[in-house]
Amino acid sequence: MNDFWIILVGALVAGSCSVLGCFLIVRKMTLIGDAISHSVLPGIVLAFLITGTRDSVPMLIGAAALGLLTVFLIQLFQSSGVQSDAAIGIVFTSLFATGIVLVSLYTQQIDFDLEHVLYGEIAYTPWNTMTINGFEAGPKAVWIVGSCFILNLILIFLFFKQFKLVSFDPSLAAAMGIPVLFFHYLLMSLISLTTVAAFDSVGSILVVGMLIIPAATAYLLSDRLSRMILVSIGIGILSSIIGYFSATVLDASISGCMVGAAALLFGLAFLFSPSHGLVSRFLKRRSAMESHS
Amino acid sequence: MYQAALKVENLTIAYHKKPVVEDVSFEVPEGNLIGIIGPNGAGKSTLIKGILELIPKLSGEVTISGSSYKLMRKSIGYVPQRESVDWDFPTNALDVVMMGRYGHLGWLKRPGKAERHKAMECLDKVGMVEYANRQISQLSGGQQQRIFLARALAQEADIYFMDEPFVGVDAATEKAIIQLLMELKEKGKTVLVVHHDLSTVKEYFDWTMLLNKKVMKIGPTKEVFIPEYLQETYGGRLAILSDAQSGLLLK
Repeated sequence: MNDFWIILVGALVAGSCSVLGCFLIVRKMTLIGDAISHSVLPGIVLAFLITGTRDSVPMLIGAAALGLLTVFLIQLFQSSGVQSDAAIGIVFTSLFATGIVLVSLYTQQIDFDLEHVLYGEIAYTPWNTMTINGFEAGPKAVWIVGSCFILNLILIFLFFKQFKLVSFDPSLAAAMGIPVLFFHYLLMSLISLTTVAAFDSVGSILVVGMLIIPAATAYLLSDRLSRMILVSIGIGILSSIIGYFSATVLDASISGCMVGAAALLFGLAFLFSPSHGLVSRFLKRRSAMESHS
Repeated sequence: MYQAALKVENLTIAYHKKPVVEDVSFEVPEGNLIGIIGPNGAGKSTLIKGILELIPKLSGEVTISGSSYKLMRKSIGYVPQRESVDWDFPTNALDVVMMGRYGHLGWLKRPGKAERHKAMECLDKVGMVEYANRQISQLSGGQQQRIFLARALAQEADIYFMDEPFVGVDAATEKAIIQLLMELKEKGKTVLVVHHDLSTVKEYFDWTMLLNKKVMKIGPTKEVFIPEYLQETYGGRLAILSDAQSGLLLK
Protein backbone atom coordinates (compact mmCIF):
# COMPACT_ATOMS: atom_id res chain seq x y z
CA MET A 1 0.00 0.00 0.00
CA ASN A 2 2.83 2.40 0.82
CA ASP A 3 4.20 1.96 -2.70
CA PHE A 4 0.85 3.01 -4.06
CA TRP A 5 0.65 6.15 -1.90
CA ILE A 6 4.13 7.29 -2.81
CA ILE A 7 3.54 6.76 -6.52
CA LEU A 8 0.19 8.53 -6.25
CA VAL A 9 1.69 11.56 -4.51
CA GLY A 10 4.50 11.65 -7.08
CA ALA A 11 2.03 11.36 -9.95
CA LEU A 12 -0.21 14.10 -8.54
CA VAL A 13 2.74 16.47 -8.09
CA ALA A 14 3.99 15.62 -11.57
CA GLY A 15 0.50 16.12 -13.02
CA SER A 16 -0.07 19.49 -11.33
CA CYS A 17 3.33 20.78 -12.31
CA SER A 18 3.29 19.55 -15.88
CA VAL A 19 -0.03 21.26 -16.71
CA LEU A 20 1.31 24.62 -15.61
CA GLY A 21 4.75 23.92 -17.06
CA CYS A 22 3.27 23.88 -20.58
CA PHE A 23 2.32 27.53 -20.25
CA LEU A 24 5.76 28.41 -18.92
CA ILE A 25 7.34 26.69 -21.92
CA VAL A 26 5.21 28.32 -24.60
CA ARG A 27 5.64 31.71 -22.94
CA LYS A 28 9.39 31.16 -22.65
CA MET A 29 9.20 31.77 -18.91
CA THR A 30 10.56 28.55 -17.43
CA LEU A 31 12.99 30.45 -15.21
CA ILE A 32 10.03 32.07 -13.47
CA GLY A 33 8.92 28.65 -12.25
CA ASP A 34 12.37 28.07 -10.85
CA ALA A 35 12.31 31.52 -9.23
CA ILE A 36 8.90 31.10 -7.62
CA SER A 37 9.76 27.71 -6.22
CA HIS A 38 12.68 29.27 -4.33
CA SER A 39 11.24 32.60 -3.30
CA VAL A 40 8.19 31.11 -1.55
CA LEU A 41 10.52 30.19 1.34
CA PRO A 42 10.18 33.48 3.30
CA GLY A 43 6.40 33.22 2.84
CA ILE A 44 6.39 29.78 4.45
CA VAL A 45 8.60 30.96 7.30
CA LEU A 46 6.55 34.11 7.91
CA ALA A 47 3.31 32.14 7.92
CA PHE A 48 4.89 29.77 10.42
CA LEU A 49 6.13 32.61 12.63
CA ILE A 50 2.77 34.38 12.62
CA THR A 51 0.55 31.38 13.23
CA GLY A 52 3.01 29.24 15.16
CA THR A 53 1.80 26.06 13.51
CA ARG A 54 2.85 23.99 10.57
CA ASP A 55 -0.71 24.01 9.37
CA SER A 56 -0.92 23.88 5.58
CA VAL A 57 -3.45 26.63 4.88
CA PRO A 58 -1.52 29.63 6.26
CA MET A 59 1.60 28.31 4.60
CA LEU A 60 -0.17 28.06 1.26
CA ILE A 61 -1.38 31.64 1.63
CA GLY A 62 2.04 32.89 2.68
CA ALA A 63 3.71 31.12 -0.21
CA ALA A 64 1.16 32.31 -2.76
CA ALA A 65 1.63 35.90 -1.57
CA LEU A 66 5.41 35.62 -1.93
CA GLY A 67 5.00 34.00 -5.34
CA LEU A 68 2.98 36.96 -6.53
CA LEU A 69 5.44 39.39 -4.97
CA THR A 70 8.21 37.63 -6.90
CA VAL A 71 6.39 38.02 -10.21
CA PHE A 72 5.49 41.61 -9.43
CA LEU A 73 9.08 42.55 -8.53
CA ILE A 74 10.47 40.81 -11.61
CA GLN A 75 8.08 42.75 -13.83
CA LEU A 76 8.85 45.99 -12.03
CA PHE A 77 12.60 45.55 -12.62
CA GLN A 78 12.12 44.46 -16.22
CA SER A 79 9.97 47.43 -17.07
CA SER A 80 12.55 49.75 -15.51
CA GLY A 81 15.23 48.45 -17.84
CA VAL A 82 16.94 45.63 -15.87
CA GLN A 83 17.73 42.68 -18.16
CA SER A 84 15.05 40.03 -18.02
CA ASP A 85 17.14 37.11 -16.72
CA ALA A 86 19.08 39.37 -14.34
CA ALA A 87 15.79 40.62 -12.88
CA ILE A 88 14.66 37.05 -12.21
CA GLY A 89 18.02 36.13 -10.67
CA ILE A 90 18.12 39.16 -8.41
CA VAL A 91 14.59 38.76 -7.11
CA PHE A 92 14.58 35.08 -6.30
CA THR A 93 18.04 34.85 -4.77
CA SER A 94 17.35 37.82 -2.48
CA LEU A 95 13.96 36.47 -1.40
CA PHE A 96 15.40 33.01 -0.87
CA ALA A 97 18.23 34.52 1.18
CA THR A 98 15.70 36.46 3.24
CA GLY A 99 13.95 33.17 3.96
CA ILE A 100 17.19 31.52 5.06
CA VAL A 101 18.08 34.46 7.33
CA LEU A 102 14.60 34.28 8.88
CA VAL A 103 14.94 30.57 9.51
CA SER A 104 18.37 30.95 11.09
CA LEU A 105 17.24 33.90 13.24
CA TYR A 106 14.30 32.07 14.76
CA THR A 107 15.62 28.59 14.69
CA GLN A 108 16.06 28.49 18.49
CA GLN A 109 12.54 29.60 19.34
CA ILE A 110 10.76 27.37 16.92
CA ASP A 111 11.03 23.92 15.62
CA PHE A 112 11.56 24.55 11.95
CA ASP A 113 13.66 22.30 9.85
CA LEU A 114 15.10 24.07 6.82
CA GLU A 115 16.30 20.77 5.50
CA HIS A 116 12.76 19.50 5.57
CA VAL A 117 11.26 22.55 3.85
CA LEU A 118 13.76 22.34 1.03
CA TYR A 119 14.20 18.64 0.64
CA GLY A 120 10.92 17.24 1.95
CA GLU A 121 11.06 13.47 1.59
CA ILE A 122 8.41 11.75 -0.46
CA ALA A 123 9.25 8.39 1.15
CA TYR A 124 7.70 9.55 4.45
CA THR A 125 4.37 10.72 3.01
CA PRO A 126 2.40 7.48 3.67
CA TRP A 127 2.91 7.87 7.44
CA ASN A 128 1.70 11.45 7.70
CA THR A 129 -1.98 10.56 7.50
CA MET A 130 -5.17 12.51 7.92
CA THR A 131 -8.30 11.54 9.80
CA ILE A 132 -11.69 13.00 8.94
CA ASN A 133 -14.40 12.38 11.60
CA GLY A 134 -12.47 9.45 12.93
CA PHE A 135 -12.00 7.89 9.52
CA GLU A 136 -8.55 7.13 8.32
CA ALA A 137 -8.47 9.17 5.10
CA GLY A 138 -5.06 8.29 3.77
CA PRO A 139 -1.90 10.40 3.57
CA LYS A 140 -2.32 14.13 4.03
CA ALA A 141 -0.10 14.83 1.03
CA VAL A 142 -2.52 13.01 -1.28
CA TRP A 143 -5.28 15.35 -0.21
CA ILE A 144 -3.25 18.54 -0.46
CA VAL A 145 -1.51 17.80 -3.74
CA GLY A 146 -4.64 16.15 -5.12
CA SER A 147 -6.82 19.21 -4.54
CA CYS A 148 -4.11 21.31 -6.09
CA PHE A 149 -4.10 19.09 -9.19
CA ILE A 150 -7.87 19.30 -9.51
CA LEU A 151 -7.87 23.08 -9.01
CA ASN A 152 -5.26 23.48 -11.75
CA LEU A 153 -7.20 21.25 -14.13
CA ILE A 154 -10.50 23.04 -13.54
CA LEU A 155 -9.09 26.54 -13.98
CA ILE A 156 -7.04 25.67 -17.05
CA PHE A 157 -10.04 23.87 -18.57
CA LEU A 158 -12.50 26.71 -17.86
CA PHE A 159 -10.23 29.48 -19.13
CA PHE A 160 -8.30 27.53 -21.73
CA LYS A 161 -9.05 29.97 -24.54
CA GLN A 162 -7.95 32.94 -22.44
CA PHE A 163 -4.75 31.25 -21.25
CA LYS A 164 -3.97 30.24 -24.82
CA LEU A 165 -4.55 33.62 -26.42
CA VAL A 166 -2.76 35.48 -23.62
CA SER A 167 0.24 33.19 -24.19
CA PHE A 168 0.25 33.36 -27.98
CA ASP A 169 -0.74 36.94 -28.69
CA PRO A 170 -1.19 39.09 -25.58
CA SER A 171 -1.77 42.27 -27.57
CA LEU A 172 -4.74 40.81 -29.45
CA ALA A 173 -6.06 39.44 -26.17
CA ALA A 174 -5.80 42.90 -24.61
CA ALA A 175 -7.47 44.52 -27.62
CA MET A 176 -10.37 42.09 -27.20
CA GLY A 177 -10.76 43.09 -23.58
CA ILE A 178 -9.35 39.89 -22.05
CA PRO A 179 -7.64 40.93 -18.79
CA VAL A 180 -4.11 39.85 -19.71
CA LEU A 181 -2.53 40.78 -16.37
CA PHE A 182 -5.21 38.97 -14.42
CA PHE A 183 -4.53 35.72 -16.24
CA HIS A 184 -0.80 36.24 -15.89
CA TYR A 185 -1.12 36.57 -12.14
CA LEU A 186 -3.64 33.73 -11.96
CA LEU A 187 -1.13 31.42 -13.62
CA MET A 188 1.60 32.63 -11.28
CA SER A 189 -0.64 32.09 -8.23
CA LEU A 190 -1.34 28.54 -9.37
CA ILE A 191 2.38 27.93 -9.74
CA SER A 192 3.07 29.31 -6.26
CA LEU A 193 0.27 27.23 -4.75
CA THR A 194 1.37 24.06 -6.51
CA THR A 195 4.96 24.65 -5.56
CA VAL A 196 4.29 25.01 -1.88
CA ALA A 197 1.65 22.28 -1.75
CA ALA A 198 4.20 19.89 -3.17
CA PHE A 199 7.25 21.34 -1.39
CA ASP A 200 6.38 20.16 2.04
CA SER A 201 5.75 16.59 1.06
CA VAL A 202 8.10 15.89 -1.81
CA GLY A 203 10.81 18.57 -1.80
CA SER A 204 11.86 21.23 -4.24
CA ILE A 205 13.87 19.14 -6.71
CA LEU A 206 10.78 17.23 -7.76
CA VAL A 207 8.72 20.43 -8.14
CA VAL A 208 11.25 22.34 -10.21
CA GLY A 209 11.98 19.30 -12.35
CA MET A 210 8.35 18.48 -12.99
CA LEU A 211 7.48 22.10 -13.81
CA ILE A 212 9.88 22.12 -16.72
CA ILE A 213 10.92 18.69 -17.99
CA PRO A 214 7.60 16.95 -18.88
CA ALA A 215 6.31 20.12 -20.57
CA ALA A 216 9.54 20.53 -22.54
CA THR A 217 9.25 16.89 -23.61
CA ALA A 218 5.61 17.31 -24.62
CA TYR A 219 6.58 20.40 -26.64
CA LEU A 220 8.78 18.17 -28.81
CA LEU A 221 5.99 15.63 -29.29
CA SER A 222 2.86 17.70 -30.00
CA ASP A 223 1.73 20.39 -32.39
CA ARG A 224 -1.33 21.61 -30.47
CA LEU A 225 -1.36 23.21 -27.04
CA SER A 226 -4.26 21.08 -25.78
CA ARG A 227 -2.49 17.88 -26.81
CA MET A 228 0.77 19.15 -25.38
CA ILE A 229 -0.89 19.51 -21.96
CA LEU A 230 -2.25 15.95 -22.06
CA VAL A 231 1.06 14.52 -23.22
CA SER A 232 2.84 16.51 -20.53
CA ILE A 233 0.59 15.14 -17.77
CA GLY A 234 1.09 11.62 -19.12
CA ILE A 235 4.86 12.00 -19.15
CA GLY A 236 4.82 13.46 -15.64
CA ILE A 237 2.85 10.51 -14.29
CA LEU A 238 4.93 7.98 -16.22
CA SER A 239 8.12 9.55 -14.83
CA SER A 240 6.92 9.16 -11.27
CA ILE A 241 6.07 5.48 -11.81
CA ILE A 242 9.37 4.67 -13.55
CA GLY A 243 11.19 6.81 -10.99
CA TYR A 244 9.68 5.02 -8.02
CA PHE A 245 10.54 1.55 -9.22
CA SER A 246 14.05 2.45 -10.28
CA ALA A 247 14.55 4.04 -6.87
CA THR A 248 13.53 0.79 -5.14
CA VAL A 249 15.87 -1.18 -7.36
CA LEU A 250 18.76 1.24 -6.89
CA ASP A 251 17.86 2.00 -3.27
CA ALA A 252 18.26 5.71 -4.11
CA SER A 253 16.36 8.98 -3.56
CA ILE A 254 12.81 8.62 -4.88
CA SER A 255 12.35 12.27 -5.90
CA GLY A 256 15.73 12.21 -7.57
CA CYS A 257 14.87 9.10 -9.56
CA MET A 258 11.50 10.53 -10.61
CA VAL A 259 13.16 13.63 -12.03
CA GLY A 260 15.85 11.43 -13.53
CA ALA A 261 13.18 9.38 -15.29
CA ALA A 262 11.61 12.57 -16.64
CA ALA A 263 14.99 13.67 -17.93
CA LEU A 264 15.50 10.29 -19.59
CA LEU A 265 12.12 10.58 -21.34
CA PHE A 266 13.11 14.07 -22.49
CA GLY A 267 16.32 12.64 -23.91
CA LEU A 268 14.36 10.03 -25.86
CA ALA A 269 11.99 12.65 -27.27
CA PHE A 270 14.93 14.89 -28.13
CA LEU A 271 16.47 12.09 -30.17
CA PHE A 272 13.42 10.36 -31.63
CA SER A 273 10.54 12.86 -31.83
CA PRO A 274 8.97 12.46 -35.29
CA SER A 275 8.94 16.21 -35.96
CA HIS A 276 11.65 17.76 -33.78
CA GLY A 277 13.94 14.81 -33.02
CA LEU A 278 17.63 14.79 -33.95
CA VAL A 279 17.42 11.37 -35.59
CA SER A 280 14.36 12.08 -37.70
CA ARG A 281 15.80 15.43 -38.77
CA PHE A 282 19.02 13.68 -39.77
CA LEU A 283 17.10 11.05 -41.75
CA LYS A 284 15.01 13.72 -43.45
CA ARG A 285 18.09 15.69 -44.42
CA ARG A 286 19.75 12.57 -45.79
CA SER A 287 16.75 11.54 -47.87
CA ALA A 288 16.45 15.11 -49.15
CA MET A 289 20.10 15.02 -50.19
CA GLU A 290 19.67 11.66 -51.87
CA SER A 291 16.64 12.76 -53.84
CA HIS A 292 18.65 15.79 -54.95
CA SER A 293 21.60 13.85 -56.28
CA MET B 1 -25.82 63.19 -39.03
CA TYR B 2 -22.12 62.81 -39.72
CA GLN B 3 -20.35 60.54 -37.32
CA ALA B 4 -16.63 59.83 -37.45
CA ALA B 5 -15.67 56.14 -37.49
CA LEU B 6 -12.76 57.05 -35.27
CA LYS B 7 -12.17 60.22 -33.33
CA VAL B 8 -8.99 60.83 -31.37
CA GLU B 9 -8.61 63.89 -29.17
CA ASN B 10 -5.40 65.14 -27.58
CA LEU B 11 -3.80 61.72 -27.34
CA THR B 12 -0.35 61.73 -25.72
CA ILE B 13 1.68 58.55 -25.13
CA ALA B 14 5.06 58.42 -23.46
CA TYR B 15 7.71 55.77 -22.81
CA HIS B 16 9.72 56.49 -19.67
CA LYS B 17 8.34 60.04 -19.58
CA LYS B 18 9.56 60.79 -23.11
CA PRO B 19 6.58 61.56 -25.31
CA VAL B 20 6.43 59.35 -28.39
CA VAL B 21 3.07 60.54 -29.62
CA GLU B 22 2.25 64.09 -28.66
CA ASP B 23 -1.14 65.72 -28.43
CA VAL B 24 -2.60 63.96 -31.45
CA SER B 25 -6.12 64.81 -32.59
CA PHE B 26 -7.82 63.63 -35.73
CA GLU B 27 -11.01 62.19 -37.17
CA VAL B 28 -11.48 59.45 -39.72
CA PRO B 29 -14.68 59.14 -41.75
CA GLU B 30 -16.30 55.76 -42.29
CA GLY B 31 -15.52 53.53 -45.27
CA ASN B 32 -11.95 54.60 -45.94
CA LEU B 33 -8.64 52.89 -46.37
CA ILE B 34 -6.14 55.01 -44.50
CA GLY B 35 -2.38 54.72 -44.67
CA ILE B 36 -0.37 55.94 -41.69
CA ILE B 37 3.11 56.89 -42.82
CA GLY B 38 6.08 58.64 -41.32
CA PRO B 39 9.78 58.15 -40.60
CA ASN B 40 11.16 55.46 -38.25
CA GLY B 41 10.42 56.31 -34.66
CA ALA B 42 7.55 58.60 -35.63
CA GLY B 43 5.23 56.66 -33.33
CA LYS B 44 3.10 54.94 -35.97
CA SER B 45 2.75 51.62 -34.12
CA THR B 46 2.61 53.43 -30.80
CA LEU B 47 -0.33 55.49 -32.03
CA ILE B 48 -2.29 52.34 -32.89
CA LYS B 49 -1.39 50.64 -29.62
CA GLY B 50 -2.35 53.76 -27.72
CA ILE B 51 -5.73 53.94 -29.43
CA LEU B 52 -6.34 50.27 -28.57
CA GLU B 53 -5.15 50.88 -24.97
CA LEU B 54 -2.43 48.26 -25.28
CA ILE B 55 -0.02 50.76 -23.79
CA PRO B 56 -0.95 53.40 -21.21
CA LYS B 57 -1.64 56.90 -22.43
CA LEU B 58 -0.86 60.09 -20.55
CA SER B 59 -3.98 61.82 -21.79
CA GLY B 60 -6.56 61.76 -24.54
CA GLU B 61 -9.97 60.49 -25.59
CA VAL B 62 -10.78 57.89 -28.20
CA THR B 63 -14.29 57.39 -29.54
CA ILE B 64 -15.40 54.85 -32.10
CA SER B 65 -18.60 55.65 -34.01
CA GLY B 66 -19.48 58.05 -31.23
CA SER B 67 -19.09 55.60 -28.32
CA SER B 68 -16.23 55.14 -25.93
CA TYR B 69 -13.58 52.66 -26.99
CA LYS B 70 -14.35 50.15 -24.22
CA LEU B 71 -17.94 49.70 -25.39
CA MET B 72 -16.88 49.13 -28.97
CA ARG B 73 -14.27 46.39 -28.53
CA LYS B 74 -16.31 43.85 -30.47
CA SER B 75 -16.38 46.05 -33.52
CA ILE B 76 -12.61 46.46 -33.62
CA GLY B 77 -10.23 44.23 -35.54
CA TYR B 78 -6.48 44.24 -34.90
CA VAL B 79 -3.54 42.83 -36.81
CA PRO B 80 -0.35 43.16 -34.76
CA GLN B 81 3.10 43.07 -36.35
CA ARG B 82 3.87 39.57 -37.49
CA GLU B 83 7.10 39.32 -35.49
CA SER B 84 5.27 40.20 -32.28
CA VAL B 85 4.21 36.58 -31.74
CA ASP B 86 6.11 33.28 -31.46
CA TRP B 87 5.42 31.28 -34.61
CA ASP B 88 6.79 28.14 -32.95
CA PHE B 89 3.73 28.13 -30.69
CA PRO B 90 2.08 24.68 -30.77
CA THR B 91 -1.00 25.42 -32.85
CA ASN B 92 -2.23 25.28 -36.43
CA ALA B 93 -3.52 27.87 -38.89
CA LEU B 94 -7.21 27.15 -38.31
CA ASP B 95 -6.82 27.52 -34.56
CA VAL B 96 -5.12 30.91 -34.92
CA VAL B 97 -7.95 32.17 -37.12
CA MET B 98 -10.50 30.89 -34.59
CA MET B 99 -8.83 33.10 -31.99
CA GLY B 100 -10.43 36.01 -33.85
CA ARG B 101 -13.78 34.85 -32.45
CA TYR B 102 -12.70 34.72 -28.79
CA GLY B 103 -13.75 38.32 -28.14
CA HIS B 104 -17.31 37.42 -29.11
CA LEU B 105 -17.49 34.32 -26.93
CA GLY B 106 -17.54 35.82 -23.45
CA TRP B 107 -15.78 34.37 -20.42
CA LEU B 108 -16.75 30.72 -20.43
CA LYS B 109 -18.06 29.72 -23.84
CA ARG B 110 -15.65 27.53 -25.77
CA PRO B 111 -15.09 27.86 -29.50
CA GLY B 112 -17.16 25.25 -31.35
CA LYS B 113 -18.63 24.39 -34.71
CA ALA B 114 -19.84 27.89 -35.57
CA GLU B 115 -16.41 29.35 -34.86
CA ARG B 116 -14.69 26.63 -36.88
CA HIS B 117 -17.05 27.28 -39.80
CA LYS B 118 -16.44 31.03 -39.67
CA ALA B 119 -12.68 30.48 -39.47
CA MET B 120 -12.71 28.21 -42.54
CA GLU B 121 -14.66 30.88 -44.42
CA CYS B 122 -12.03 33.47 -43.53
CA LEU B 123 -9.19 31.10 -44.48
CA ASP B 124 -10.90 30.72 -47.84
CA LYS B 125 -10.98 34.51 -48.32
CA VAL B 126 -7.20 34.67 -47.94
CA GLY B 127 -6.67 31.57 -50.08
CA MET B 128 -5.34 29.42 -47.24
CA VAL B 129 -7.96 26.68 -46.85
CA GLU B 130 -5.55 23.89 -47.74
CA TYR B 131 -3.22 25.05 -44.97
CA ALA B 132 -5.88 24.92 -42.23
CA ASN B 133 -4.25 22.03 -40.36
CA ARG B 134 -0.68 23.13 -40.97
CA GLN B 135 1.47 23.83 -37.94
CA ILE B 136 2.07 27.60 -38.03
CA SER B 137 5.86 27.32 -37.87
CA GLN B 138 5.77 25.58 -41.25
CA LEU B 139 4.16 28.55 -43.01
CA SER B 140 6.11 31.15 -44.98
CA GLY B 141 6.14 34.78 -43.87
CA GLY B 142 3.51 35.68 -46.44
CA GLN B 143 1.29 32.78 -45.40
CA GLN B 144 1.61 33.76 -41.75
CA GLN B 145 0.54 37.28 -42.61
CA ARG B 146 -2.48 35.89 -44.49
CA ILE B 147 -3.40 33.89 -41.39
CA PHE B 148 -3.24 37.06 -39.32
CA LEU B 149 -5.47 38.79 -41.83
CA ALA B 150 -7.94 35.89 -41.80
CA ARG B 151 -8.02 36.13 -38.02
CA ALA B 152 -8.86 39.83 -38.26
CA LEU B 153 -11.63 39.02 -40.77
CA ALA B 154 -13.00 36.50 -38.28
CA GLN B 155 -13.35 39.34 -35.78
CA GLU B 156 -16.08 40.75 -38.09
CA ALA B 157 -15.20 44.27 -37.10
CA ASP B 158 -16.28 47.65 -38.42
CA ILE B 159 -12.91 49.26 -37.96
CA TYR B 160 -9.55 47.55 -38.46
CA PHE B 161 -6.10 48.50 -37.23
CA MET B 162 -3.20 46.84 -39.03
CA ASP B 163 0.42 47.20 -38.02
CA GLU B 164 2.74 46.86 -41.03
CA PRO B 165 0.84 44.03 -42.75
CA PHE B 166 3.07 44.26 -45.84
CA VAL B 167 6.41 43.75 -44.13
CA GLY B 168 8.31 40.68 -45.31
CA VAL B 169 5.59 39.30 -47.55
CA ASP B 170 5.89 38.19 -51.17
CA ALA B 171 4.39 40.22 -54.01
CA ALA B 172 1.46 37.84 -54.50
CA THR B 173 0.49 38.08 -50.84
CA GLU B 174 0.80 41.85 -50.88
CA LYS B 175 -1.58 41.95 -53.82
CA ALA B 176 -4.02 39.55 -52.15
CA ILE B 177 -3.99 41.57 -48.94
CA ILE B 178 -4.58 44.93 -50.60
CA GLN B 179 -7.43 43.42 -52.60
CA LEU B 180 -9.08 42.24 -49.38
CA LEU B 181 -8.60 45.63 -47.76
CA MET B 182 -10.27 47.27 -50.74
CA GLU B 183 -13.19 44.85 -50.40
CA LEU B 184 -13.53 45.71 -46.73
CA LYS B 185 -13.63 49.37 -47.67
CA GLU B 186 -16.32 48.72 -50.30
CA LYS B 187 -18.41 47.16 -47.55
CA GLY B 188 -18.19 50.40 -45.59
CA LYS B 189 -15.50 49.27 -43.14
CA THR B 190 -12.76 51.59 -42.02
CA VAL B 191 -9.20 50.31 -42.25
CA LEU B 192 -6.12 52.00 -40.79
CA VAL B 193 -2.81 50.60 -41.96
CA VAL B 194 0.68 51.44 -40.69
CA HIS B 195 2.70 51.51 -43.88
CA HIS B 196 6.27 52.30 -44.78
CA ASP B 197 6.55 51.82 -48.52
CA LEU B 198 6.02 55.29 -49.91
CA SER B 199 5.97 54.08 -53.52
CA THR B 200 2.60 52.33 -53.07
CA VAL B 201 0.78 54.92 -50.96
CA LYS B 202 -1.00 56.58 -53.87
CA GLU B 203 -2.09 53.27 -55.31
CA TYR B 204 -3.37 51.74 -52.05
CA PHE B 205 -4.88 54.37 -49.81
CA ASP B 206 -7.64 56.87 -50.39
CA TRP B 207 -6.70 58.69 -47.21
CA THR B 208 -3.24 59.29 -45.81
CA MET B 209 -2.00 60.35 -42.40
CA LEU B 210 1.47 61.84 -42.18
CA LEU B 211 2.79 61.28 -38.69
CA ASN B 212 5.93 62.37 -36.92
CA LYS B 213 5.12 62.43 -33.21
CA LYS B 214 2.31 64.79 -34.13
CA VAL B 215 -0.14 64.45 -36.96
CA MET B 216 1.46 66.58 -39.66
CA LYS B 217 -1.41 66.14 -42.10
CA ILE B 218 -4.40 63.89 -42.61
CA GLY B 219 -6.84 63.85 -45.49
CA PRO B 220 -7.47 62.47 -48.98
CA THR B 221 -4.19 61.11 -50.37
CA LYS B 222 -4.35 63.46 -53.36
CA GLU B 223 -4.26 66.49 -51.09
CA VAL B 224 -1.90 65.21 -48.42
CA PHE B 225 0.68 63.08 -50.19
CA ILE B 226 2.56 65.95 -51.82
CA PRO B 227 6.28 66.77 -51.69
CA GLU B 228 5.90 69.81 -49.48
CA TYR B 229 4.10 67.95 -46.66
CA LEU B 230 6.27 64.87 -47.03
CA GLN B 231 9.44 66.94 -46.61
CA GLU B 232 7.91 68.53 -43.55
CA THR B 233 7.09 65.09 -42.08
CA TYR B 234 10.41 63.47 -42.87
CA GLY B 235 12.41 66.52 -41.86
CA GLY B 236 13.76 67.15 -45.33
CA ARG B 237 15.51 63.78 -45.42
CA LEU B 238 13.75 62.58 -48.57
CA ALA B 239 15.06 62.83 -52.07
CA ILE B 240 12.00 63.44 -54.18
CA LEU B 241 12.21 63.31 -57.91
CA SER B 242 9.52 64.02 -60.43
CA ASP B 243 8.29 60.95 -62.17
CA ALA B 244 5.74 60.74 -64.91
CA GLN B 245 3.97 57.66 -63.57
CA SER B 246 3.64 57.92 -59.81
CA GLY B 247 4.34 61.62 -59.55
CA LEU B 248 6.85 60.82 -56.86
CA LEU B 249 9.91 58.68 -56.70
CA LEU B 250 11.58 58.45 -53.41
CA LYS B 251 14.91 57.29 -52.17
